[in-house]
Amino acid sequence: MNETAVALAAAEAANTRNALEVRNLNFFYGKFQGLKNVSMDVAEHKVTAFIGPSGCGKSTLLRTLNRMYSLYPGQRAEGEILFYGQNILDPKQDLNLLRARIGMVFQKPTPFPMTIYDNIAFGVKLYENLNKSDMDDRVEWALSKAALWNEVKDKLGQNGMSLSGGQQQRLCIARSVAVKPSVLLLDEPTSALDPISTGKVEELVHELKKDYTIAIVTHNMQQAARCSDYTAYMYLGELVEFGQTQQIFFKPQRTETEDYITGRFG
Amino acid sequence: MQSNSSALYASRKRANQIGLFLSMLAMVLGLAALLWILIVLFGNGLAALDWSIFVNDTPAPGSEGGGLRNAMVGSLMIVGLAVLVSTPVGILAGIYLTEYGDSSKTAEFTRFITDIMLSAPSIVLGLFVYAIAVATIGNFSGYAGSLALALIAVPVVMRTTENMMRLVPGSLREAAFALGAPRWKVTTMVTLRAARSGVITGLLLAVARISGETAPLLFTALNNQFFSTDMSSPMANLPVVIFQFAMSPYENWIRLAWAGALVITLTVLLLNILARVFFRDKTTG
Repeated sequence: MNETAVALAAAEAANTRNALEVRNLNFFYGKFQGLKNVSMDVAEHKVTAFIGPSGCGKSTLLRTLNRMYSLYPGQRAEGEILFYGQNILDPKQDLNLLRARIGMVFQKPTPFPMTIYDNIAFGVKLYENLNKSDMDDRVEWALSKAALWNEVKDKLGQNGMSLSGGQQQRLCIARSVAVKPSVLLLDEPTSALDPISTGKVEELVHELKKDYTIAIVTHNMQQAARCSDYTAYMYLGELVEFGQTQQIFFKPQRTETEDYITGRFG
Repeated sequence: MQSNSSALYASRKRANQIGLFLSMLAMVLGLAALLWILIVLFGNGLAALDWSIFVNDTPAPGSEGGGLRNAMVGSLMIVGLAVLVSTPVGILAGIYLTEYGDSSKTAEFTRFITDIMLSAPSIVLGLFVYAIAVATIGNFSGYAGSLALALIAVPVVMRTTENMMRLVPGSLREAAFALGAPRWKVTTMVTLRAARSGVITGLLLAVARISGETAPLLFTALNNQFFSTDMSSPMANLPVVIFQFAMSPYENWIRLAWAGALVITLTVLLLNILARVFFRDKTTG
């Protein structure tokens, strides 16, 4: 990188706010430590990718960000995760409200056993009291955001399970978008999809970052390179390297990162 | 080496053939017994099955003809009330076991008790209800019969509900939690809905199970020669009528017992088929 580029990058970094700030995070599955002293930021309206070999803790890290792990007794986190300054690891944190603000899409599509319309409306109804026409608008808006509206607008009354895998995943993204969260967590959202659907979801990620902060876990390094602004490389529960995606992919500071990215390891 | 391994292969093949033969034999024996029962039942019951048994009540000793109307209505009411009581209790308990209790001490204990209840002889449950709801009040009643049957149905409904809810993938629950849904909403709107057809199957199987139970009704609902819809007094019901009529000296009573047995069997068969249809719909999605 030449000097202007560095200066530009620095200026950009200075201009971005952090939606999430992870500080000295340690995570335990019972006695096993899944994350070791992780500290990093997730910048607002950017895409942050977590990469690393299987079992490195990238999904674990993602699941601490909306406290999904709290569903399971025996899993616990220590340290701080600041969501716009507020520590969400605080035991007093209301988890339902938190999860309404920080949405999540999973590896396998998980449509609810109800109609396409109700799949979208389900989350909205939890926190908003919309009349029929407002709800119709919201459903259309969310499905359009997920680039699914044109494919399903004539069959909103059909069961969500009747869609194809790629459509189901976009339905799940629409469902998360519909509640208007501030952050979207994507846990390997394309690993169960074919290349065409994957392309659509990636375009979607690019589109959505205008309005949402996105954190994405991926096995696919090209995907991280294509759609993220920041990348975190993790290994054995530790954050090895974190920085702008360009820098991680073109000028990694650590040899471990380079080995992984160039395919010599992992 | 070559001959060695082919000898090994031959002996494995032989063992496989013996295993296959034994399991086929077991299947044929089981099916033959079932078929035999059905043949005897249809042979004796079909002749006695005509419209009159649906419109006439059980005959007095020595009188001609008669039907089973009072017993059928009584059975329907007793079983119906038992289902009405055991459905919410069983489903709610099943939900508790999967979604709330999970591996807690209370849940483990409940599961243990349920297993005992599932295998408890129904006559014991009948005696228990006799002691608490008949002996104390002083008369036999349809209500007591329903209570005894409900005690049999609850663990069945509870266990099926639990098993079916457990089959719902955790990722579906997580997806609902990820939208900020509270646990009761996740459970009722997503998990229970996903397990719905399995739970209904469990209900149908429970109905099938209790509609043929005789022992718990002997000490509770007893029997009634006349048509009655008053559940606070003794009530006629098919199993007990079959029990008494089959061992009577009167020819028309014995014929009615066969007809009643056929009616119960067909009903249970129908319920089982319905249950299967429901479950198939679920599994093929």
